[in-house]
Amino acid sequence: MTRLSRRRLFGLAGAGAALAGVGAAAGCTAAAEPVPGPAEAVVPFRGARQAGIVTPAQDRLHFVALDLTTDDRDRVIALLKKWTAAAERMVAGAETTPGGAVNRNPDAPPDDTGEALGLPASSLTLTFGIGAGLLDKLGLADRMPAGLAPLPGFTGDQLDPATSGGDLCIQACAQDPQVAVHAVRNLVRMGFGTTTVRWSQLGFGRTSSTSTAQATARNLFGFKDGTHNLKAEDGAELDRHVWVQPGDGPAWLDGGTYLVARRIRMHIEIWDRTSLSEQERIIGRDKGEGAPLGKQAEFDLADYAALDATGSPVIPTIAHIRLASAENLGGTRILRRGYNFVDGSDGQGHLDAGLFFIAFLRDPHGQFVPMQSALANSDDLMEYIEHTGSAVFACPAGLAEGAYWGQSLLEP
Amino acid sequence: MSRTSHALCATGALAALALAGCTSTAPPATGGDGGGAAAGPIAVSAGDTTCEVSAPGAPAGTITFSINNTGDKVTEFYLYGVGDRIMGEVENIGPGLTRQLIVEVPDGGDYTTACKPGMVGDGIRAPFTVTGTATRSVDEDTRLAEATAGYQRWVNSQIEAFVPKTQGFVDAVKAGDVEGAKALFPISRTYWERIEPVAESFGDLDPKMDGREDDERDPGVEFTGFHRLEKDLWVDGLQPDSGAIGDQLMVDAKDLQARVATLELTPVQLANGAKELLDEVATGKITGEEDRYSHTDLWDFKANVEGSQGAVAALRPVIDEKDPTLGPVLDERFKAVDDLLETYRVGDGYKLYTELTEDDTRKMSEAVDALGEPISQVAGVVTS
Repeated sequence: MTRLSRRRLFGLAGAGAALAGVGAAAGCTAAAEPVPGPAEAVVPFRGARQAGIVTPAQDRLHFVALDLTTDDRDRVIALLKKWTAAAERMVAGAETTPGGAVNRNPDAPPDDTGEALGLPASSLTLTFGIGAGLLDKLGLADRMPAGLAPLPGFTGDQLDPATSGGDLCIQACAQDPQVAVHAVRNLVRMGFGTTTVRWSQLGFGRTSSTSTAQATARNLFGFKDGTHNLKAEDGAELDRHVWVQPGDGPAWLDGGTYLVARRIRMHIEIWDRTSLSEQERIIGRDKGEGAPLGKQAEFDLADYAALDATGSPVIPTIAHIRLASAENLGGTRILRRGYNFVDGSDGQGHLDAGLFFIAFLRDPHGQFVPMQSALANSDDLMEYIEHTGSAVFACPAGLAEGAYWGQSLLEP
Repeated sequence: MSRTSHALCATGALAALALAGCTSTAPPATGGDGGGAAAGPIAVSAGDTTCEVSAPGAPAGTITFSINNTGDKVTEFYLYGVGDRIMGEVENIGPGLTRQLIVEVPDGGDYTTACKPGMVGDGIRAPFTVTGTATRSVDEDTRLAEATAGYQRWVNSQIEAFVPKTQGFVDAVKAGDVEGAKALFPISRTYWERIEPVAESFGDLDPKMDGREDDERDPGVEFTGFHRLEKDLWVDGLQPDSGAIGDQLMVDAKDLQARVATLELTPVQLANGAKELLDEVATGKITGEEDRYSHTDLWDFKANVEGSQGAVAALRPVIDEKDPTLGPVLDERFKAVDDLLETYRVGDGYKLYTELTEDDTRKMSEAVDALGEPISQVAGVVTS
């Protein structure tokens, strides 16, 4: 059996170690900003960082990647301004324009499509990212950050060009799926003539916690995922692993981050026929509690040196959490913010299900690539998953009052 | 469908410019104060590949063109405003004949003349400058009335061509000329598709003339009209009743012609018609559903877009008055669709739907989406 790699991404239960940088992470719990539970919660749109990154992960996702259909910079700027204004309103629970859903000329189609009318803000966040194609099309290749260079191919990749790449992206997260879908739909509509949808992905349940105030969620393999994820409370660790620092590359991305998206199809039917002990050995954690093998509690630190009575490692050498651990990767950590998905069925009697992996990190090639490479080559999880989509975007820092999405790049 | 090549248009334009260069009688620059017609008609010499207009412009007011067909093809002459709004037209000018076009042009600005030898395509075009402003009081109601009247004229011109073109198609079917009928099928449908929302407004005619095989019908009602003959020609071979189906199609076509003559449209209906035509493209043509046997969907695609453009052009003065930003966007996006369709042209027609790749239809879908959004704003702008 070949080993699959992707899995690690999820940071499955086991992965905790890998991503979160096991030891360190575990130690740094602290009271966090409130979990975005209440439907009425409004996440601030402007600030030093874009929302939707260290914001406590909401339960629902609608992610869209778009391509530009023009190379006219002014037209793109006009759209980005329009998007920003609408996004700021929607995040606050409002229609895209005042009274846009129903309160206009009855002979005209409504500005706002209306399905979020009466729904609260639901902690909606809209996070904007820029792909390499945008810089190429607008003649800005001289401002291309190194992190947008194409990812290498990984063992076992089955990438579909139709669900990969994109000139820009918008990540909509909310506690109510209708609110997230409404936001993407309306932004897409405004873009006709300037942008076209390349692909989009719905996610119905978060698989990561990005705050210590959140319980660890489970992925579709049934394991807790993201126990040792980087979290909002991790301050200096975020500066080291997530936020692009001055001097890293072109100044327009300072204070921003990179978003790596991977659509990971899970062969859940095969997984479901795997014995519990095998599942736990593959992940490296126990399924019920989520504790590292050999330990009792979820947040206990994994002991990768421990041996069992026969002299074999308690956590197998190819267990997912070991391969993805900071210890195994020279201290590398990433912030995972993925979602479970089921996109109907595949026509062959199986659910088209999996994990839409989203990670925010400072350097895709220095953090994601080595991690994914280690997993793709050794991880037993690779037997149960395949990566079918891939994209990298640069997400600039947050917006000051009056600024619009992408302004630091387009009109610095 | 427009079959005139752009090369031909360019040649025509150059010819017209050259001609303009050697005309010393520039139009008076003074503002017209009504009825400022040029002295005598402006002569137009319309050949098969040329369109020579004897003056590059005229003062606002009543302008008279005298068009002489010097070619071998039946021709037409148009004066267009911005966005190809038809200011006036004269059709069916036979070889050797001279006809007059008397057109009221109240406002100065940039206009375009066009001869259409063979009565197809964009025609051989040249700029035409109207100076000054004719005295008149134009209130909103007047502009809207002009818009609907202008569109009505255009619809009638399409119907007038539709009937004989369809007769030619039916004649070929009845003569058993399968290849001839196949060639005429998409041409006849072009005129139908340009005015499809108008034709569809007659709920009894549309299913008989343009129904599809899998449409739901009342018991005893047969599958008739264009698509039945399409199926005969491309799939089943001509049937014993194919001729009768053709005769019925002609009866219905003439019925449509008679009814269209009395049709009264509102500006909102025009605007919604323009939108519906694009909806037709998105749901019927880009999917290859409309002409599922002949696969000549791109002819219909082009005709739907032309029909949409015709309705928008008629409304253009009202649009420009109420939202000056919308017209240029519409111009640009109509052009993008036209330019894209041109890349699929083969001779006088288009690639078959079955020859298109997924990437092709994706591009078409993107271009139609880009146009559909601003088109959907027209009705609201017009009534705002």
